[in-house]
Amino acid sequence: MESKLAVSGNAGPKIRSDCQMELGLTHDGGIVIDLKSKVQVLYGESIKNQCREILSFFGITNAVLKINDSGALPFVISARLEAAVKQIIDTDLDFLPGIYEENKYPSKRDRFRFSRLYVPGNTPSMMINAGLHSADGIILDLEDSVAPEKKDEARFLVRNALRQISFNGAERMVRINQGERGLKDLEYVVPHYVNLILIPKCESPDQVKVIESKINILRSQYGLPGEVFLMPIIESAAGVEMSFDIARASEMIVAMAIGLEDLTADMGVTRTKEGTETVYARSRIVNAAKAAGIQPIDSVFSDVGDMEALRLNVLASRTMGFEGMGCIHPRQVPVVRQGFAPQQEEIEKSSKIVLAYEEARRRGQGVVAIGTKMIDQPVVARAQRIVDLAIRLGLMPEDWKNDVPADNE
Amino acid sequence: MNNQLRVEMATPTVINAAGRAVPREVNGKPVIPFMGVGKYKPVGNKYGPPVPSCSDYPDDGNKVVSTLEEALLRCGIRDGMTISTHHHLRDGDLISNKIFELASVMGVKDLVWFPSASFPCNDPVIRYLEDGTLNRIEGSMNGPLGRFVSDGRMKGTAVLRSHGGRVQAIQDGDVKIDIAVLVAPSADAFGNARGTGGKSACGVLGYAKADSMYADKVIVVTDNLVDLPCFPAEIEGNYVDYVVVVDSLGVPEKIVSGTTQITKSPDRLLIAELTAAFLEKSGILRDGVTMQAGAGGTSLAIAVFLHEMLKSKGWKSKFGFGGSTRYMVEMLEQGQMGYILDAQAFDLDAVLSVSKNPNHIPFPVFNAYNYHSKGNLTSMMDIMILGATEVDLNFNGNVVTHSDGYLLHGIGGWQNCLHARNVILPLPLFRDRIPVIVDEVTTLCGPGELIDVIITERGIAINPLRTDLLENVKNSGLPVRTIQELKDEAERICGKPAKPVFDDKIVAAIKWVDGTIIDAVRKIKQQS
Repeated sequence: MESKLAVSGNAGPKIRSDCQMELGLTHDGGIVIDLKSKVQVLYGESIKNQCREILSFFGITNAVLKINDSGALPFVISARLEAAVKQIIDTDLDFLPGIYEENKYPSKRDRFRFSRLYVPGNTPSMMINAGLHSADGIILDLEDSVAPEKKDEARFLVRNALRQISFNGAERMVRINQGERGLKDLEYVVPHYVNLILIPKCESPDQVKVIESKINILRSQYGLPGEVFLMPIIESAAGVEMSFDIARASEMIVAMAIGLEDLTADMGVTRTKEGTETVYARSRIVNAAKAAGIQPIDSVFSDVGDMEALRLNVLASRTMGFEGMGCIHPRQVPVVRQGFAPQQEEIEKSSKIVLAYEEARRRGQGVVAIGTKMIDQPVVARAQRIVDLAIRLGLMPEDWKNDVPADNE
Repeated sequence: MNNQLRVEMATPTVINAAGRAVPREVNGKPVIPFMGVGKYKPVGNKYGPPVPSCSDYPDDGNKVVSTLEEALLRCGIRDGMTISTHHHLRDGDLISNKIFELASVMGVKDLVWFPSASFPCNDPVIRYLEDGTLNRIEGSMNGPLGRFVSDGRMKGTAVLRSHGGRVQAIQDGDVKIDIAVLVAPSADAFGNARGTGGKSACGVLGYAKADSMYADKVIVVTDNLVDLPCFPAEIEGNYVDYVVVVDSLGVPEKIVSGTTQITKSPDRLLIAELTAAFLEKSGILRDGVTMQAGAGGTSLAIAVFLHEMLKSKGWKSKFGFGGSTRYMVEMLEQGQMGYILDAQAFDLDAVLSVSKNPNHIPFPVFNAYNYHSKGNLTSMMDIMILGATEVDLNFNGNVVTHSDGYLLHGIGGWQNCLHARNVILPLPLFRDRIPVIVDEVTTLCGPGELIDVIITERGIAINPLRTDLLENVKNSGLPVRTIQELKDEAERICGKPAKPVFDDKIVAAIKWVDGTIIDAVRKIKQQS
């Protein structure tokens, strides 16, 4: 009489904020729930009620459900049970927890993407507080950080996280899988106010176009407002050679990243701290991105314990022209943000240039000078960019011109 | 069944000044309900132990007897006595259990164990609670012991006191210690003893001082007998009846946690960072500031951040109050702290520092925490970093039970420290799924009027009574929110928790620092 047993989620001595579900359909006896929970006294009844509601939603009236719970939040419980249900019945229904109103924000093409924090897509404990660390973007990862046999259930978790975790204004990103699986991933995230999709191991403009069209179909199907942006990740020698074409493959692309672990593996070289082996690849990505008018984004730095090495790495990256970097630990975020933000002496110098330029304009002078040094137009433009950046980052007040005396007067 | 019914009917309760239903008597003795902070004024004189005579002690000063059993017999151990111990050997203590093992073999019944704290290593005493050797424990309950008590299986009623409350109870004669068994990492044959030296070094013996002075009989147990004088003595030989030498007092690696580590959790570090930022922007951190920070991972991280701030501003903390750790020792050694006044050393660096640095001063809890004395140290502290299992909308705090109703922690110095100028509780908004901010604490341990600031990863709540702090951080950019907002957010994320269901039977009384009863813990109702 027992049907196939479905298992989803995680349990074990080191697992927190997750649960493991074992679901088997039966022919009679109603819903029987065997719950073992760390929060039994406080939420035992609530967990059982939630599970009954979900099973009834899917039309299941007879089943045995075994739950081993380490303090999973409701969105996790829903995701785990839905994943189990869908292993044993065919259904078009989706059990969607309510979406937080505050999660429905759009992104902007030119917003900062200094730091984007990777969060494994099947690890609830790392998702819950991800939005607290001031990263510019949070990436819920369905690809490399999820074990192959867990990839299906991760989709429900990531979908529910997009609905019920507040990322405090960070850009809401998802890294999908490669190929067909990646296209299917889109169905689980695009309808839920995702801001940006990362495309792993991108090697051709066609890969981007397939994703673009699938997103457009989903957007019209669900009548979704707001834009969805794309960030292809270049992780192979072939991808590097195609990078300019990739960068221009879709209007949706706002940034292009490089993934050095896979790239060095593909090239058959060892990744070094100095990065000599990837100088060409990185320069090429930066150049292609700039030529296409999008942001070049650097690879992650894998030694999470060495903040000084990270700081130096960020400065080198910035010097090369990158405008952001991936983070694999929340503590990397402030270091990366600080590194990509304009430095104090740059801000001071730039504000002087901007003031001198405005003064010259007011006097009808064609030539801008600070002291005896002539300032070219591109220098003024760059200075203006740095000042704008500093204002947007809150490093200088919007009305800074009232505070800074121009020293050419 | 009949028996239990009689117990329940024999514990009438009264509503105290905090609105809690507390017993009128505990273990057959009348008690005073909490009357409000600073409201209860004690009368009468301090307790005095019997007057001894030198004629009863050896002229050569050698008080060594061959075994602990002999010492207990010579002390006249018998049914119903109160035996005290201290917890400086923490989870490495081998002696406390031994006392009750010996008593059990002797057939002694109904003892009261009065430890300054208990640890998981003391779980075996459950056996002696079951076989009748022990009637009850008056001290902290952790893990399985807490569960045993919460399930209503202990014969007597537990009494939980703060470290200062314990000294108060001893001094005032609320608790009369018949025999104090005081382990000492170094001692001489006369009974002078200290916490440094030997293989069981724990640093200081602050918690044992009152026991040594007020107990009828005092046994010092050591595994490091040194020539007289054992100096500087924290326990003075004049108070000591017998000295016992054993092979080993404890498990060294469990006595001090070799190194204390700051938290690696990014979320806890965020809370620590926010706490440091709050202390700076509220103006609490200043040159000459006095502070205490515990040994928890978050507290240590806060200490590190504060150290950096003091250094960069060229400021110096006048003194820090231990539990000391290497992070406090670093402040002392690098010149950002004048003195460490220390009641317990948490790690090896701290133990080493006490024995070599004259500005790292053993400072008994006696002088720091006792509310029935002529002022104490805690009210002079500017920064007090504390924890809690729950805080409620009125800023009341709970440290002894978890939200599921089970006793799980002792009070420690927590209640005593609430008298500091700025009491800061850095806490996660929820642990796994369990909200830390609740409508009403399961057990009241500290009145909200003494708790100033709650700092969570999702915002800072300042007690509305602290209008000065609210004003100071108004335009600071810090995420200041009301405690109601924080509670609502926790419940939005976790869901509204159900409440544990209790029996009427009172299993533990919670004392306030002045010896009055602030709350009672009830037996968990067994699920049918």
